[in-house]
Amino acid sequence: MDNSKIKQHISRQFNEEMEDIRNKVLTMGGLVEQQVDLATKAFMGNDMENAEKVVQQDQYVNEMEKDIDHECTEIMAKRQPAAFDLRMLIATIKIITDLERIGDEAARIAKMTMRLEGADYYQDKYYEIEHLLNLVKDMLNGALDAYARNDVEEVIAITEQDAKVDREYTSITRQLITQMMENPRNITRALDMLWAARALERIGDHSCNVCEQVIYMVKGKDVRHLSREELERTVNSVR
Amino acid sequence: MTTAQKNTHAIDLSALKREDRKSAEQLETCIKVENLDLFYGQKQALHSVNMEMPHKKVTAYIGPSGCGKSTLLRCINRMNDLVDGVTIKGKILLDGEDIYDKSVNVAALRRRVGMVFQKPNPFPKTIYENVAYGLRIQGINDRRILDEVVEKSLRGAALWDEMKDRLNDNALGMSGGQQQRLVIARAIAIEPEVILLDEPASALDPISTLKIEELINELKEKYTIVIVTHNMQQAARVSDFTAFMYMGELIEFGETSELFTNPAKKQTEDYITGRYG
Repeated sequence: MDNSKIKQHISRQFNEEMEDIRNKVLTMGGLVEQQVDLATKAFMGNDMENAEKVVQQDQYVNEMEKDIDHECTEIMAKRQPAAFDLRMLIATIKIITDLERIGDEAARIAKMTMRLEGADYYQDKYYEIEHLLNLVKDMLNGALDAYARNDVEEVIAITEQDAKVDREYTSITRQLITQMMENPRNITRALDMLWAARALERIGDHSCNVCEQVIYMVKGKDVRHLSREELERTVNSVR
Repeated sequence: MTTAQKNTHAIDLSALKREDRKSAEQLETCIKVENLDLFYGQKQALHSVNMEMPHKKVTAYIGPSGCGKSTLLRCINRMNDLVDGVTIKGKILLDGEDIYDKSVNVAALRRRVGMVFQKPNPFPKTIYENVAYGLRIQGINDRRILDEVVEKSLRGAALWDEMKDRLNDNALGMSGGQQQRLVIARAIAIEPEVILLDEPASALDPISTLKIEELINELKEKYTIVIVTHNMQQAARVSDFTAFMYMGELIEFGETSELFTNPAKKQTEDYITGRYG
């Protein structure tokens, strides 16, 4: 399915409206990606300035969600879209909810970083979650890319990455439990870390949700709550 | 019985899963079109159309002007027989009988398959006589029977409450929307099996249009309905099955909910989303 799809309406204005929505979603996605990256790095490196920036920027993400939602509603009321157009609007409304939640998770990490300022145990950096961050960033990036290109080829790989994220999260948890058992003074630090890891793991789940909506948009099949095999079959089905 | 048990009983879980609901429904074919070709003189207007329309469901035909949807509709009660130079090949089976068979009485067929046109065409008679007309030409003149049928048909067409005190007024004094419903009442007075609607709402205002759509929804409890419409949203609203036609060919035929959200053919998608063909 080619990307020029939304540009072929008889009504040029309709093209422009759909194009506008797509661009806004991608802008919002870019902003959210940046939030995740900044927040986690601020957390790992004890960087208050960036943490504050993330908290402040969160309102832009929220505003964009409302704005895109409103535009989608307006198009539905005005143009009674069908088929791909309808699916794109429905998928978009759901995708931006997930993006907004990802923004919230980033803000959560940033707020925690700010709370930790001056805590004596905070001199230890939190590099254990760097790998998790990279995995999750990849997923989010891939999901947005799939949306931008109307392309479901890569989404299987992204959903597979979620399993890796879950494994990484479990392994971090186990590591932290060991630390806590070794020395109770580690407990506060370990709990902070656990929260941050949890937030990243949730971001991975939200990225998967975005992928599912992209599949719905492109293939017209609802793949939520399916097993991996069923999902793969749907993605590979000819349409 | 504990409360928990009671609650589990109250909810029928099979009704909650979409797939299960679908498979529970059994469809019977009412009208079957087999390899239908139609020529106006030399020009071929329908190209081997095949489709099966189920009983007591609404089937809509959509497509651009001149795609053959009205032609196909008119084949179902042999209205095309009246057009000069028409040749028809193939079959249309109504409940398994070929309506183009030589033994078929066309007048009897049209009693079974009623039709309503784009412009309301009431007779210049009273409202009562319009509805009773079909029975009168069958030789039924018993006032009691006629009264009963007129009331039942007008109720069926959602006109009784508006018109019960005006039965002896001239039908031409009614509004367009009322006239169209009167024509539908006239069609159902003779209890057909199938009702064909050729753009029944295209000459009506939005409110009358909604009333007709509401009526279609009620009528499908008793009748099989086939509707031709230029208004895609109308097809999406009123029909259970939709056929998309283009240049005399049936491009896609399927459940309305599927066809409008996830059409299988690119041509269908282009048409319903307003793209260049």
